[in-house]
Amino acid sequence: MIGDTPAFSSVQAPAYAVEGHGLVKSFGSFRAVDGVDIAVPAGAIYGILGPNGAGKTTLLRTLLGIIDPDAGERSLLGAAQPLRMARQVGYLPEERGLYPSMKAYEAIAFMGALRGLPLAEGRRRAKALLEGHGMGPAIAKPIRQLSKGMAQTVQLFGTIVHEPRLIVLDEPFSGLDAINQEKLEALIREQARRGVTILFSTHVIAHAERLCERIAIIAGGRIRFEGTVSDARDRLRPQVRLRTRSVDGAWRRALPPDTMAQEGGWHFALPQEGIEPLLRALIDDRAGIESLSIERPGLHDAFVAIAGAAAARQMQDGADEEAQP
Amino acid sequence: MMQLWRAAFVIARRDFTAVVLSRTFILFLLGPLLPIVIGFAFGGLGERISSTDLRPVVGVALAPADSAALLRAHGRLTARMGAESLPRLRTAPLAPDPRAQLARPGSEVVAIISGTLARPVLTGKPVDLDRLQGDVSLLSTAALAERTLRFVAVERQEVATSRGAQAQARLLIGRAAQVVIFFLTILLAGMILSNLVEEKTNKIIEILAAAVPIDAIFLGKLMAMLAMSLVGIAFWGGTAFAIFLAAGGQPSALPAPAVGWPIFLGLALLYFTMAYTLLGSLFLGIGAQAATVREVQTLNMPITMGQMLIFFFASYAVDHMGSPAEIAACIFPFSSPFAMIARAGQEGALWPHLLALLWQAAFVALIIRVGVLLFRRHVMQSGGRWWKGLFRPATG
Repeated sequence: MIGDTPAFSSVQAPAYAVEGHGLVKSFGSFRAVDGVDIAVPAGAIYGILGPNGAGKTTLLRTLLGIIDPDAGERSLLGAAQPLRMARQVGYLPEERGLYPSMKAYEAIAFMGALRGLPLAEGRRRAKALLEGHGMGPAIAKPIRQLSKGMAQTVQLFGTIVHEPRLIVLDEPFSGLDAINQEKLEALIREQARRGVTILFSTHVIAHAERLCERIAIIAGGRIRFEGTVSDARDRLRPQVRLRTRSVDGAWRRALPPDTMAQEGGWHFALPQEGIEPLLRALIDDRAGIESLSIERPGLHDAFVAIAGAAAARQMQDGADEEAQP
Repeated sequence: MMQLWRAAFVIARRDFTAVVLSRTFILFLLGPLLPIVIGFAFGGLGERISSTDLRPVVGVALAPADSAALLRAHGRLTARMGAESLPRLRTAPLAPDPRAQLARPGSEVVAIISGTLARPVLTGKPVDLDRLQGDVSLLSTAALAERTLRFVAVERQEVATSRGAQAQARLLIGRAAQVVIFFLTILLAGMILSNLVEEKTNKIIEILAAAVPIDAIFLGKLMAMLAMSLVGIAFWGGTAFAIFLAAGGQPSALPAPAVGWPIFLGLALLYFTMAYTLLGSLFLGIGAQAATVREVQTLNMPITMGQMLIFFFASYAVDHMGSPAEIAACIFPFSSPFAMIARAGQEGALWPHLLALLWQAAFVALIIRVGVLLFRRHVMQSGGRWWKGLFRPATG
């Protein structure tokens, strides 16, 4: 049962900063979020990974209280009504938006004021943030005069200016160049070091792999995987790459059935029984091993396998439904 | 609740400063002064037009003695009754026939008196005869009785107040206040219709909706626009009052409304606020459903027509104090502010105003809530049946 805590100052920090149980959200006949269970540990950097249209944004909007779910329960920093905790939450939506005529520091202060930060303090912090990140000259510039990347940074500062306990970022890296992506990663780590819980969505796996302690992979509105990055990578067996001087021989029978010929060699998942039987066959049959490597799969491989399988299942489900009279 | 108001204030402050500190606000302030200046110019012109003698001219084709007696009688009567009260007279030839004279090009008389003073004949179009027949009869009678006609002296008995005149003046005050409030509302509340379009087109609505209840967004926008309107009204009102004083007007010479001027002005301000927020919240709710400025513009016409109907209803009610129509106008939320300010002009009781203000405020809250729920349902695509959340706390 998800509890409701109306005032943050008087309560003990919950173990999970964000929780959702059985969340369902449909738009017409389209089920964008389909029975999602999620629990983001307090203080963690948590990534929601999914292909485009997987339901990431709808899930975040539902968890934040921007939209209400059709079914299920949610809790944000221990409160069942997310807006009650709005002052302790920072949110960067996928579709960036700022008032074009507002000055950069005013925009940041305004976003802070929306979350309960006094305007004067917000202005002071905004100027410090902009100056501290080399954007001093942009302080008093209207948003319409800033580059897209700078405007995005201004909005990000608006998300953190009130020093929230939870920061939710929807596709925060999209639209940023490599340098700004790196800066954003650094900023996320800095916030996490201060004990802030970070929840972000992305379809770019590299960021999640570098930043996240835990991830959820969502596809077709459902969570297909939840756990650590390491757990996700462990979902796939290590990959073996083998090159031999001999092209054919009795040793070929020792290769697993899913072996693929690749770049003049062989590529296959590490067999359940380990590498030793294969090695023995290669040596006995004088295959002439040129190189042999056993690689742990990356998160990207795990993501493609998990989300891809889900997408394939979904497509199959759709085809079955269509085939029904 | 405090958080709601605090959030609304943050939104209101942003909107207010964004509007008031823009260059276009100067145009907004000066715009309504243009009709006043034009009004003054046309007013002067109007004065000149009205000073031009537009009374009908009647030709006098009588024997010279009768004609002279008639002109003398005209002089005596207009000296008492005012020049405007009788038609002008001009001597006309005895021949040709009055019909022929009237048919002549360049004829400047609308009718001709012929015959004798005892039996005058008035020739002219039926509509002019209807208008002038009585005057000619009076003039002829006065001319005939020239020697014996003595005007009776009227003793003057002066009073400070006259109930009838006072009632008339109060009706006028109520009606004027009603018209002023209506036009200010229709001019200013219309701007709210497009108020949420900026947030929707700039994708800011997502940030606002994640941080504060949508009720606070609606409330803040209403507060900002109301504050901006009040700045405008203070400016225009101050200018109008300065012109009134500069033109030699005496505020103490104005007839007082039933509740007295200070309370009346306070109530006018409150009723304007209510009329503005009632229509404004409706506009905000309707405008929030629109995705583009074009849609907002399309919505403008039927809404303005609806406002006109409400005004006519309230306007009709002013002349029928205490009638079922007047009571209905006082109760129907959208006409209530207009009907009640007219009532304040004519009746001194204050408790109905307290009731009306509470009633109107409750409707503002209700309309905002419905607007918010429809906005969440249709724009944010959130929630199920919108009416289920009607009385839920606005915390999202």
